[in-house]
Amino acid sequence: MKGMTSIVKKVSALISGLVFLYGCYIIFHGHLTPGGGFAGGTIIAGSFILLIIANGIQYFRLKEEKEESSLAEGAGILLFLLFATGGLLLTAHVFFKNFLPLGTPGNLVSAGVLPLYNIFVGIEVAAGLLSIFLAFVIYKKED
Amino acid sequence: MEIAIALILVIMIAGSIFSLHAKDLLSAIVSFGIVGFSLVISFLILMAPDLAIVQIVVETISLIIMISVLIISTREDLSEKETVKIKGKSYINIRSLSYFIFSIITVSLLTYLFILATADLDPFGTHKTRMASEYIANGVKDVGAINLVTGIVFDYRGYDTLGEATILFTAVMGVLAILRLKTHKQDLP
Repeated sequence: MKGMTSIVKKVSALISGLVFLYGCYIIFHGHLTPGGGFAGGTIIAGSFILLIIANGIQYFRLKEEKEESSLAEGAGILLFLLFATGGLLLTAHVFFKNFLPLGTPGNLVSAGVLPLYNIFVGIEVAAGLLSIFLAFVIYKKED
Repeated sequence: MEIAIALILVIMIAGSIFSLHAKDLLSAIVSFGIVGFSLVISFLILMAPDLAIVQIVVETISLIIMISVLIISTREDLSEKETVKIKGKSYINIRSLSYFIFSIITVSLLTYLFILATADLDPFGTHKTRMASEYIANGVKDVGAINLVTGIVFDYRGYDTLGEATILFTAVMGVLAILRLKTHKQDLP
């Protein structure tokens, strides 16, 4: 997959950072505004896919298999499961118990463990979609 | 509101029918995108912005992935005609005829079951479920999140979200395993 023209490269380089920050905003404000881990994770994966499509594979020096996206995906779902098990061990012996203090509703740091769940699911979704796309791009053999 | 949703549903049905009968695979995929993006508009009309955000991004990325798969794959089409010509005479293709009859029987059976199942439901837009009113009344006090959807998804329905994340994880593992197998087979001498 080759890159596109220099106009597309420049515009995508300007845009993709904003797209990435918007995904982070949707993940971190998931318990206050519409959106959450799934939506923000797909937007973050979209910013990387935009860069790869505009610049070609050689931009990230993607010659062979990279382990980082699969590693981030596995770590995201493992942390999600660990925090769910934390409710089982720490307080009321209930799976998915909200064991952190709730705080005042409406603040950025509130609602106990829900923002942490949002962040973990966001990491997992972004890494999963990105590794599917990278698999289709990298494993293609030009013969 | 119902007229707008009915219009969008007609557009979705037209797009899916066109994607079935398109001559090129690329135009079939692009017209399949009509269904997803019309679903976004209908989610917005039904006042579900969470679902609309997820749907619009997932639809775009899945279109990109499908097109990139299409570019890799071969471009052979399957063609099957209604009549077969053998020695000048034309016969009816038994296989396509049996497909036709079977699909008509299935569609009429499903329509009958759908009418039977939705006979004593409430009219569209009203509901009398007790769980939803309970969540709406006590959700902010129990969970502490203003966005009630996140509260339900991660607190009341945490098991479902764990299952969703596990499904995505398993799908990614399957795709990586299949593509890696193909590449290794090509590398063999």
